[in-house]
Amino acid sequence: MLQKYEPVIGLEIHAELMTQSKMFCGCRVVDSVEAEPNTAVCPVCLGMPGMLPVVNRRAVDFALLVALALNCEVQSNNIFARKNYFYPDLAKGYQISQYEFPIGLRGYLDITLSDGTIKRIGIRRVHMEEDTGKLTHLSDGSLVDFNRSGVALLEIVSDPDIRSGEEARAYAMRIRQILRYLRVNTGDMEKGVLRIEPNISIRPRGAEAFGTRVELKNLNSFRALADGTDFELDRQAALLDSGGRVIQETRGWHDARRETFSQRSKEEAEDYRYFTDPDLPPLYIDEAWIESARIALPELPQAKEARYRDEFGLSDYEASVLAEDRAVAEWFDAAVAGKGAGASPKTLANWILNDLFRLMNERGRSIDTLPVTPAALVALLGQVEQGTINQTTAREVLAEMMDSGRDPSSIIESRGLAQISDEAALTSIIDTIIAGNPGPVANYLGGKENLLGWFVGQVMRETKGRANPAVVNELLRTRLERERM
Amino acid sequence: MEPTISTLIELRDALRRGELTSVAATQAMLDRIVAIDNTIRSYLTVTDEMALEMAATADRRRAEGEDTPLLGVPVAVKDLLCLAGAPTTAGSKILENFISPYNAHAVDRLIEAGAVILGKTNTDEFAMGSSTESSAFFTTRNPWDTERVPGGSSGGSAAAVAAGLAYGALGTDTGGSVRQPASFCGLVGMRPTYGRISRWGVIAYASSLDQVGPMGQTAADTAALLSVIAGYDPRDSTSLDTPVPDYEAALTGDIRGLRVGVPHEFFIEGIDTEVEAAVRAAIEQIARLGAEIIEISIPHTRYGLPIYYLIASAEAGANLARYDGTRFGERVTGSDVIDTVERTRALFGPEVKRRIMLGSYALSAGYYDQYYGRALKARELIRENFRQAFETVDVIAAPTCPTTAFKIGERVDDPLTMYLNDMLTLPLNLSTGCGLSTPCGFDSKGLPIGLQLIGGPLQEATILNVAHAYEQTQPRRKPELALGDIA
Repeated sequence: MLQKYEPVIGLEIHAELMTQSKMFCGCRVVDSVEAEPNTAVCPVCLGMPGMLPVVNRRAVDFALLVALALNCEVQSNNIFARKNYFYPDLAKGYQISQYEFPIGLRGYLDITLSDGTIKRIGIRRVHMEEDTGKLTHLSDGSLVDFNRSGVALLEIVSDPDIRSGEEARAYAMRIRQILRYLRVNTGDMEKGVLRIEPNISIRPRGAEAFGTRVELKNLNSFRALADGTDFELDRQAALLDSGGRVIQETRGWHDARRETFSQRSKEEAEDYRYFTDPDLPPLYIDEAWIESARIALPELPQAKEARYRDEFGLSDYEASVLAEDRAVAEWFDAAVAGKGAGASPKTLANWILNDLFRLMNERGRSIDTLPVTPAALVALLGQVEQGTINQTTAREVLAEMMDSGRDPSSIIESRGLAQISDEAALTSIIDTIIAGNPGPVANYLGGKENLLGWFVGQVMRETKGRANPAVVNELLRTRLERERM
Repeated sequence: MEPTISTLIELRDALRRGELTSVAATQAMLDRIVAIDNTIRSYLTVTDEMALEMAATADRRRAEGEDTPLLGVPVAVKDLLCLAGAPTTAGSKILENFISPYNAHAVDRLIEAGAVILGKTNTDEFAMGSSTESSAFFTTRNPWDTERVPGGSSGGSAAAVAAGLAYGALGTDTGGSVRQPASFCGLVGMRPTYGRISRWGVIAYASSLDQVGPMGQTAADTAALLSVIAGYDPRDSTSLDTPVPDYEAALTGDIRGLRVGVPHEFFIEGIDTEVEAAVRAAIEQIARLGAEIIEISIPHTRYGLPIYYLIASAEAGANLARYDGTRFGERVTGSDVIDTVERTRALFGPEVKRRIMLGSYALSAGYYDQYYGRALKARELIRENFRQAFETVDVIAAPTCPTTAFKIGERVDDPLTMYLNDMLTLPLNLSTGCGLSTPCGFDSKGLPIGLQLIGGPLQEATILNVAHAYEQTQPRRKPELALGDIA
């Protein structure tokens, strides 16, 4: 049914910045769900008489990083404006925001769709502002908590380039990933630290003019974003098909009923009476400031993915999983950098994606609390490479490393796990096995050459898995061939 | 109390010489306030206990050999500046019971300098007015004629100093609110350069125009206060981080060779002839002291009034949005949140409501460009006028007000005439310089006339020195009620 209509979607994303203190005062930033209400407040963020804002430079640093990461043109002349509106959770009766002169303009973000195609989404603007307090409605009144009031907030506004729920989700996930990479936001949508609001409209295919847009709120997961957007597209299409019209409004997403519902009509556009905040002189971001932010900018996930694919020969999947989290990616990068004569990036990737992740899962460890260092994994794989231990033993050693944090060589030594590559020792074991198993020997010689694996298994059992499989294979083959004579 | 002691400097010297204690001086002031302030009505709150404690502390510190610039000197503070632990009302019902938990920066500086805070003086509501008649509590009377207004909005501070109920006071000057009452009450009152004094803890009226200003009997008194309250404060982002000169030391009295500009636009039609004559005579006197008088032009003077009322009201509309009864101040409980806020805001007086409406309109969609946006551009023209003027002159001399103090009630129903009163003071606020009003004689009704001296940015020392030099040539006169006459 969306054959007839083209969806036009733009996303507004509000991200709280994880600074120590708030945007315009010295109050600490607390977890708005856990902290006692109104315990992280001061006269400034309560909007008391005569109080004045002072810009938190750290918040500007963070905003600058995001603007650069989203390929925006950074504006040197930053002006804070007052956005005037009434709501009981808005302490001053106006919100300090940026209006005509935001920190970032005209950026873009490339997203990868499920069919592998890359799509570029325009970023219209990135601007700094302050968060509001939070209202709780009770049966006998409303309570307001100002802990969140004045927390630095970044608003990222996309161009209306998004065409489906899936694209909206891919875009939002990328944004969240970048914010987390930059360590400026935890990405916790449940706690409202990251809030995503799509503006959704449809228009007949080929039409120039935009349709009437609906703003969607209360989306506290990416799934809700995708489903809510798709629901809304369908709803609008059905409305138009039945001769109705879309009204401009804010709609909420009902997660349980999986549908949108009308919250507030926006037929009368709110007049925010923006004007430059006279309490804050223009904030000038000079070249040196931009340059220092550029230097602080880490390699971003897309660049990492591309490098993993193109330089290391990893699959799209492997590359994206390794690059998903900055700490994991940096762990992997450190291992690759320290690999020396050891394992290839591909081998390291396999070990991380399979064994390390499995062990982390089992032990409830995150990459930040991992007792195994990248160098230790490289050392472990070096032991495999040198033939000191085999893969199976290496897995055991890794498990032990996870528990004790000891280095692999000391584990191998103390537990006597070093691989047996000594031909004389292995030959005597092989001789015994061949002498004791005339049946299988006869079958092997009779043409069932896949029995070789069974013989390898016997040697492994005998050596408790410590035999060097390459050496065993070679010795067994020669020895069995000799039986033929 | 020694009747001869009437200036801040005289008192400070007497305290230093040990001729009297701060407690004695403070108690004398408090007694005087009890005796005559029911007539003058300059104080909204007298912080007598706090004052006597501060005075005792000052005496103790002095006994221990300490000395600070205002140690033991009793002063008053306009009720727009927060004083921790005391009511700060801004002259409004909406803050009637608000006890500030913090000091304004300027108040902190006074206290650090050893000053004794006698109390909080009356003001037009949120500093919106020129007479104290818009105060929600009462109208202050002019000590020179109690049938007349003391000017405003810092009328309480001016009346208190003029009546000898404080040795100096702080006011705020957004459009002339220090200079105009100083003119009406025969005092020196200064509007310093924007950013010279931190606005921290000063209840905002129009943030881009507000500035704290000192008032005193003399240029030296005013300079002493300014030296204490001026200086950088990181809590105010518009505060200037430049060194503070010794304003008292700058009072050499030598103004030879100084170029004094006289803008003909400031001698507007309708100006009181006695005012004009007195101001022109004062300028001649300044010439006799060796200054060069130059005729200049501030061509956009007449646009000052509309520009000011658009910008100040727009900012005020936003600044006053916080008084919703949610977090502090008065709350009039209604049926729901909106009703509560509406009932609470009904506590604002008519002048405040008028300016909020005007400001909201000037900023609203479709009108911004026509009003507020245009006012911002025109403000640049006025700035440019002053900048150009200061290329050829050091100081500008003009009347402070077109008239002397008017009668209480005379103009309350005519806001436009009331606004015209500020016509000659507010161009400076729209610009970037500093200015003061200093007494220059009396009209035939015996009411003081003010000479306005305007300097470029951070030229406070220069204009204070001109006022000081001129002052030395003039007889001192005190109102009938003045210090020593009643106590």
